[in-house]
Amino acid sequence: MATEKYNLKEEIETVREDCLRPTNHWGTNTKVWIGCLVVVIIWGVYCYINQLRNGLGVTAMRNYVSWGLYISTFVFFIGISHSGTLVSAILRITKQEWRRPITRSAELLTFVSLCFGGIMPIIDLGRPDRLANLVIHGRIQSPLMWDIISICTYFTGSTVFLFLPMIPDMALCRDRLKDTTTRFNKFRKWLYTKMALGWKGTKEQWHMLEKSMTIMTIVIIPVAVSVHTVVSYIFAMTLRPGWDSTVFGPYFVAGALYSGSACVILGMAAFRRLYHLEKYITPRHFDLIGRVVLALTLIYAYLNLNEYWIPAYKMATAEGHLLTDLFYGSYSKVFWTCQFGTVLLPIIVMSFPKGRKITPLVITCIFIAAGAWVKRYLIVVPTLLHPYMPIQEVPGTWSTYFPNYVEFSVTAACLAGIFLVITLFAKMFPMMAVWEVEEGIELEHDRLTAIDLKKEREIAAAAESNGELLKPIEPKIITPLIPSTK
Amino acid sequence: MNDEKNETSKTDRRDFLRKSLITGGILASGVLGFEKVFSSGKPKDTGEKSLLVNPANGKIYKASSMNMEEVITPPVSNEESRKGIAGKKFIMVIDLAKCDGCKKCTEACQAMHYTESDREWIKVFTMKDADTTAPYYFPKPCFHCDNPPCTKVCPVGATFKRQDGIVLIDNERCIGCRSCMAACPYSTRFFNWSHPSAQQTASIGKMEYSPERSVPRRMGTVEKCDFCPDMIRQGKMPACVSSCPMDALYFGDQNEDAVTNASGNTVKLSQLLEDNSGYRHLEELGTEPRVYYLAPKNRKYSAPDIKTVKKVKDKTKPSTENMDMSPMPM
Repeated sequence: MATEKYNLKEEIETVREDCLRPTNHWGTNTKVWIGCLVVVIIWGVYCYINQLRNGLGVTAMRNYVSWGLYISTFVFFIGISHSGTLVSAILRITKQEWRRPITRSAELLTFVSLCFGGIMPIIDLGRPDRLANLVIHGRIQSPLMWDIISICTYFTGSTVFLFLPMIPDMALCRDRLKDTTTRFNKFRKWLYTKMALGWKGTKEQWHMLEKSMTIMTIVIIPVAVSVHTVVSYIFAMTLRPGWDSTVFGPYFVAGALYSGSACVILGMAAFRRLYHLEKYITPRHFDLIGRVVLALTLIYAYLNLNEYWIPAYKMATAEGHLLTDLFYGSYSKVFWTCQFGTVLLPIIVMSFPKGRKITPLVITCIFIAAGAWVKRYLIVVPTLLHPYMPIQEVPGTWSTYFPNYVEFSVTAACLAGIFLVITLFAKMFPMMAVWEVEEGIELEHDRLTAIDLKKEREIAAAAESNGELLKPIEPKIITPLIPSTK
Repeated sequence: MNDEKNETSKTDRRDFLRKSLITGGILASGVLGFEKVFSSGKPKDTGEKSLLVNPANGKIYKASSMNMEEVITPPVSNEESRKGIAGKKFIMVIDLAKCDGCKKCTEACQAMHYTESDREWIKVFTMKDADTTAPYYFPKPCFHCDNPPCTKVCPVGATFKRQDGIVLIDNERCIGCRSCMAACPYSTRFFNWSHPSAQQTASIGKMEYSPERSVPRRMGTVEKCDFCPDMIRQGKMPACVSSCPMDALYFGDQNEDAVTNASGNTVKLSQLLEDNSGYRHLEELGTEPRVYYLAPKNRKYSAPDIKTVKKVKDKTKPSTENMDMSPMPM
C-alpha cells in the first residue's frame, strides 16, 4: 500500500506539471499565431471604423435584408456559449467523472463566445453612439431588451462560473511561480496572487468553494436556457413567415447545445494536441462526449422536422413562398447541404463507435459548427427576402443579399478575437482545472483501493468459509483511469 | 355617388389649397402655429434687403436675400409630437377602383420629405393575388396600425403610437437596431444606410428636426411614412392625398366620421366603407391598420392587365426570382 500512496502523490505532481507547463513557455508558433490573429483583428477594426464613418451602407445589407451576417453570427456565437453550461453544469450536476479535464475549456468557450456574441448586435447598430438610450429610454416590452438582460445575466453568471474553480488553481500558480526576475513574471505573480483571493486550501475555503459551485451550477442552467430562448424571440415575436413559429425557443436552444458541444470537442482536440494532454483527454472522453453530441443532434433534428415539416405540409401562402425558395429555390443547395451534411450525416457517423474516434469525430464537429453557422444565416436572411408585400421595382441590391467584404472582415475579426482571448488565457492559466483532475484521480484511487480491499476481504472470507489456508496477498498494481507515467 | 362627383371636379392647385384649407377647418382644433422665422423659398440674389422679425426677442433685422437661410423651427416640441393631437383619430382610405398607378402620390411624398428616389414611403404596387384574378394597383403608405408590431419591439421607444393614431419615429432617439423593420409585416420602414446626400442636405437647409417632420434625416436611423403631421397641424392634408389626380386617396378623422380627397370632397367615412366594401390589408395579422382599402370594382381607368405585369417584370430584372406576384390572399 505504501508504494501506491507514493505513486498517487507522484501522479498529482505530474498533473500539476503538465497543466502549468504551457504557461511558462511562449513558443515561436504561439507568437506567429497571435500575430496573425492581431492582423485579422486590426483589419476588422479598420473596416468597422469605415462602417462607423460611412454608415451600414458599406455592408451588403439594404432595406429588405436589414439583418444579415452580423445578426446570424450573433445567434451562432450565443449558441456556442451554451457549451460551457452543458459540459460543466449539466455534467457536474449528474456527477459525470469524465467531465473533469474538459470543464475549464468549455467554461472558457462560454465566456469568450458571450463576449464576442454580445458585441455583434452593437456592431450591427446604426447608432452605437446612442447605446446609453437603452438605459435612459429602455423599454422592457422589447424582445431586444430581454436579450440584453438575459445575456448580461448569463455573462455575469458564466464569468463567476469560470472564475470560481480557478481560485485553487490560481493559488497553485502563485505558489509555483518562483522566478519573478522578469517584468512579465512579476505581473503574472501579481495577477495570480490577486486572483487566488488569498486561497490557502483550508477546510472552510474548500467548503465555501464547493457550496458556491453547487449554487452556481444550479443557477446557470435556467439562465442559459433563457438566453437562447429570448434570442429566438427577437425573430419569433414578429409576424414574418418563417420566424412566426412557436417552436423557435426550444429550436434555438437545441441548436445552441448541438453547435456548442461540437465546439467543445474541437477545443478539446486542439488543446489535447497542442498542450500534449493525451494522457488526460483520452479517446474515452471523445467517445463519451460524442454520445452527448449525438443525443443533442438527434433532438435538433427532431426540432428541425417540426420547424419545416409542419408548415411544409400546409404550404400557407406566405410561408409557402419562403419554403419553396428554401426547398427548391435559390437557397435549396445550402439548405439541403445543411440538413443532410450537418445534421443527418453526423447522426449516422456518431452512431457508430468508430465514428466517435478522435479524427472522425473532430471532422464531424467541424461540419456541425460550420453547418450551425450557415443555418443561422438561413434562418435570418431568406425570411427577410420573403416579406408579405411583394418586392417590386427596387434597386437590384435590395432584393438579393450576400455579405460583402466589410461584413466578412468584421466577423472574421470577432472570430479572431475569440481565438486570441482563448490563446492568451491558455498561455496565462492552466487549461485544465488542476484541482478537479486531482480530485478525480484521488477518487479513482480511493475507489480502486476500496475495490481491492473488498476483493481481499471477499477472498479471505471465502477462504475462511472453505477452511482453506490463508495465503499472503501480493500487492497489486493499480491501473487507474488516467494511467500514471511511471 | 361621391366618387362620381369627385371625378368631375378637377381643380387647379390654388383652388385645391383654398379648399383644403377650408376642409382643414374641421381639423383645426389643436392645431398649433407653424412658425417660420424667415420667409420660405429659395434665396435669389436680387440685391434687395428684407426686414425680418426674430420672434425670440421681437427685434427687426435687415438682411440681403443672398444671406438668407431658411430656418424652420419645429411645428411643436418633441414632447408634444409624442403625444399627438388630442381628440383626433386620423385615418386613410384608398380607393383601388380609382388608382391607375400614376405614382403622383409617391412623387409628392418624395418632394415633401426630400426623399431619394429609391425610398417610397407610399409605394404603388402592382398586385395580382392569383393567376386567375385581375391585377390592380395598390398604393401602400404606413398603415399606422392600432396594434403596431413595430412600436412593441423598439427597445428605446424611438418609434411610438400617438393618441391621434399616428405612428412616428424620433430619429434623435433611434439606435438603429432595425427591430422595427424586422417586425413590420408590410415592409414600410426604411433605414438610412448612409449619410443623406449633399443635395438633400442643401435642399432641407436649416430646417430643424421634429418627429412630425421626419427631416433632416440622420444616418443610422429608421424612417417611414408619417401621415404628414406637420401638414395636418397647418390644416392641410398629407402630400400623397392632396396630389392624387384620381381622387383615390381620402384622409380624415375617424372621430368625425369624415374623410376628404384631393378635390376637397368630404364624405362620410362609414358610408364610404359600407358602400364600397372597405377592408384592411392582411386583416388576419391583427395589426389593426388605420388605412382602409376599397375593392377595385368598376375601375375608373383602363384595366392594368398584360401591360402592367410586363412593366413590373422589366423593372425588376435583377431580382425576378425573389419577386412574389401573389403574396397573400385578400
